[in-house]
Amino acid sequence: MLKFCMRIFSLFALGASVLFFIFNSAFAGNPTKVGFVYLTTPGDHGWTYAHELGKQMVEKRFGNDVKVSVVENVPEGPDATRVIRELAKQGNEIIFTTSFGYMEPTLKVAKEFPNVKFEHITGYKRSKNVATGNIRFYEGRYIQGVVAGLMTKTNKIGYIGAYPIAEVIMGINSFAQGLRSVNKDASISVIWANTWYDPVKEADAAKVHIAEGADILAQHTDSPAMLQIAEKKGALGFGQSTDMSAFAPKAQLFASINNWGPYYIRKIEELKSGKWNTGDGPNHWAGNDWGGLKAEMLLISKFQNMPDSVAQKAQEALDGLKSGKINIFAGPLVDNTGKEIIPAGKSLDDGALWGMNYYLKGVNGKVPG
Amino acid sequence: MITFVPRDKVSKNWTIIGPILSIFLTVFFGLLIFTFLGYNPLETLYQVFLSPFSRIDRISDIFVKACPLVIVGTGLMLCFRANVWNIGAEGQFIMGTLLAGSFALLFPSVETKFFIFIMIVIGFIGGALWAFIPAILKTKLNVNEILVSLMLVYVAMLFIDFIVRGPLRDPMSFGFPLSKPYPDGAIINKIPFPGIGYLGQLHYGILIILLLIPISWLFVNKTLSGFKINVLGSAPKAAKFAGFKQNTITITVLLLSGGLAGVAGVIEVSANIGQLQPEVSFGYGFTAIIVAFLGRLNPIGILFAGIIIATVKLGADNAQMSMGIPKVVTGLFEGILLFFLLTGETLQKYKIKWSKVT
Repeated sequence: MLKFCMRIFSLFALGASVLFFIFNSAFAGNPTKVGFVYLTTPGDHGWTYAHELGKQMVEKRFGNDVKVSVVENVPEGPDATRVIRELAKQGNEIIFTTSFGYMEPTLKVAKEFPNVKFEHITGYKRSKNVATGNIRFYEGRYIQGVVAGLMTKTNKIGYIGAYPIAEVIMGINSFAQGLRSVNKDASISVIWANTWYDPVKEADAAKVHIAEGADILAQHTDSPAMLQIAEKKGALGFGQSTDMSAFAPKAQLFASINNWGPYYIRKIEELKSGKWNTGDGPNHWAGNDWGGLKAEMLLISKFQNMPDSVAQKAQEALDGLKSGKINIFAGPLVDNTGKEIIPAGKSLDDGALWGMNYYLKGVNGKVPG
Repeated sequence: MITFVPRDKVSKNWTIIGPILSIFLTVFFGLLIFTFLGYNPLETLYQVFLSPFSRIDRISDIFVKACPLVIVGTGLMLCFRANVWNIGAEGQFIMGTLLAGSFALLFPSVETKFFIFIMIVIGFIGGALWAFIPAILKTKLNVNEILVSLMLVYVAMLFIDFIVRGPLRDPMSFGFPLSKPYPDGAIINKIPFPGIGYLGQLHYGILIILLLIPISWLFVNKTLSGFKINVLGSAPKAAKFAGFKQNTITITVLLLSGGLAGVAGVIEVSANIGQLQPEVSFGYGFTAIIVAFLGRLNPIGILFAGIIIATVKLGADNAQMSMGIPKVVTGLFEGILLFFLLTGETLQKYKIKWSKVT
């Protein structure tokens, strides 16, 4: 019996070493190796799907000049450190880590691989070989506010937030500014889902909003669940991260689309030409690469399910934001308790946006925590 | 109806052939699935099973990944041997981490590594306290420990979430739910190897396994308490007849397994994360249940089970990186592996008997 086992084992070991040899020598040639780390799968039809579309643009643009590796479903902890290190070890020259929670893992691995470039999406800490990129998501929410204000009949807007962090709060406040620019009677109620992606919870929150009389829904979570409920119950809403009209052809007014592709392409081109850098902007969230509508890192899908007059107003808001004619957070600004945030003639700078822990006028309740 | 009848004698040969056959069947069905999905089947098998062993630093990462699973699994082994169903190790892991982490954050400038030992003790206490709730409810009020321990997982998850968003949030984190970084004394270092540097994430915390496995083996096989636990689990009436205090044993195994889960949390976070965040566990407490059973409720078996599970998890990542195979596919493969291993083990001990429903 023992002999038998030994024989099996030695066969196994032989097979393993042969396989190992074959696969170790398989990769040759010199396309730029690019790594991506995803939080969930592209099947979320939201955040990660938007990154997947960006990755596809990279592959289309560079063809055989790049070799892309993707790891999906990577939890934001020790696994992330290991996966990022493994990507670096496999010779990837630039690695995009596409969720906030990869910040410390990215910095940790970057220290060990000074020659590899790292791009951390939505982080605020940079180093010699770690750059950060982010999108001005809040600009799209201003237009959502304008459309919501013109379309609502009940004057109640239901908003689903992921977590009460500055990024989400600035989105709510931007929505409120858009809303109040056209309709001073409407107000926003917020439900916190305490998750970025959980279709069941998101659907429940949408049902609660509708039961409480909201006829327009907005979300800062990732799945199309909210729009699907809106579609079923005859309410209207906005798509998140990608165009979600396929899930709610009658309910989606428009979607704010995260367009990562051009950013990825630019950074890879910089790497190829030896001009890659982390920028020298202020060391906070804004960094250097915080692009919005003007930079086309944020796109607006087709205006639909709304009268032409509303679509026209929406287009005006879009044009105004692009040209810089509209300054969303220009004074005078008052929070929803009546406290002055900033007087007339001044406006909030990027740093102040990342410090937001209050609601502006037009939002009900107060920020938790 | 299908019933399982215990075999009179477990065949010695089958205890060796059984697992080999299980692996063989797993590989066979794996090849089948990968071929049908259009992936190169041999390369996939290589990536999932063997690539984690292909470099010394990858091997170290297997141990890093297995470390919390083995620690938690060893604690659960004690519970399951006594027929106490602690399903809430995940929550005990979190509470141990949280208590020890909060303690560490009280001393922002501590540098001595001796501090780690204090944290491990506090982590043990934190996990044990959380397990004490189902223990006391079970023994005093006869409340089902499966439900209580499981539901306390969600309480623990929301509690750590609340703590890192509120009281312990780093004011410099731009509103993000992260605590301040741990002080130096609360960090478990990676092990440096002369001439090589670091091997993956390999850290000093791994050493606890070298202590834990022999101690727990001696405990369950050579001590009276271990004997009592075994008797209570396999023959509760005999235990009662022998005058063993059932409640004391129930409370003890729950405290020990909760405590070990807490220790696993402290080591995992101090070595790999270095601060408190809303998610610290990533399902270790649940996966450890599989590890405990796969290891046949035996400390040495648990060590190997932990290594197998960790290998397949790492292999799944490698398969994704090099071949673009989605994790759901490798997850399926993992399921097949567990299915055959556990079926094989059951069939060694039991015969299947078909009978008409009466």
